Amino acid sequence: MTIHVLLFASYADAFGARRLAVPVPVPCRVDDLVTALRGLPGGHVLPSKPLVAVNHAWVPGDVSITTQDEVAVIPPVAGG
Amino acid sequence: MRWRSFRRWPVAEAAASAPSAAQSGGWIAIVEQPIDVTSLIARVSDGSVGAISTFLGTVRHVNDGRDVTGIEYHAYQPMAERELALIADETCTASPGLRLAIEHRVGTLGIGEVSVAIAASHPRRAPALAATTYVIEALKRRVPIWKCEHYVDGSRAWVDPTTSVAPSTPL
Repeated sequence: MTIHVLLFASYADAFGARRLAVPVPVPCRVDDLVTALRGLPGGHVLPSKPLVAVNHAWVPGDVSITTQDEVAVIPPVAGG
Repeated sequence: MRWRSFRRWPVAEAAASAPSAAQSGGWIAIVEQPIDVTSLIARVSDGSVGAISTFLGTVRHVNDGRDVTGIEYHAYQPMAERELALIADETCTASPGLRLAIEHRVGTLGIGEVSVAIAASHPRRAPALAATTYVIEALKRRVPIWKCEHYVDGSRAWVDPTTSVAPSTPL
């Protein structure tokens, strides 16, 4: 299946997109998505455990995701 | 300006556990226009408060030894609003009687402009002072907002607090 991932700031620059369609295995956990992303051009900027949010909430790597979820891979935050 | 009320959810649960953030009240917003600090303070002010503490984050002209001309702030807006509401709610829940108003600005800001403003009010000063510190520290750790610094030489760079060489001690 394909997960549409939101990217921001330095990650959006690295991948050259703010929204990316990523082919992933079924079922898919957050860690599986990150592995797939790291294999794409620009993926070298991602740490092995980047911050990930699903449906606007922070989640750990073992959470399952589906095509219905809003998934965001998030660079180190720097508000303030 | 987009203001949004934050409330404990579900509301019935909040009503049953008095006092709560829902009853204390509060406001959060991610805004594109300059922050009106006076209006923000008015959000938490009435005759019942004995102390109002404010925190303003501003754009400085030097960071990590480089001359900065301005900062572009970006947010993952729906999540930033949700996370700000969670922070505000947990702060108010931990400190009954506290009222909070928080705004974070996005877009391109010049030197000296206010990027974030927090106003906290309480009948007593200690909870108001503690709340502004708690909120800004939590915001910096948890709210998905990023800043891209623009430098005098025309270059730009995303700020990564995990690799910054700036001193970590606050004083």
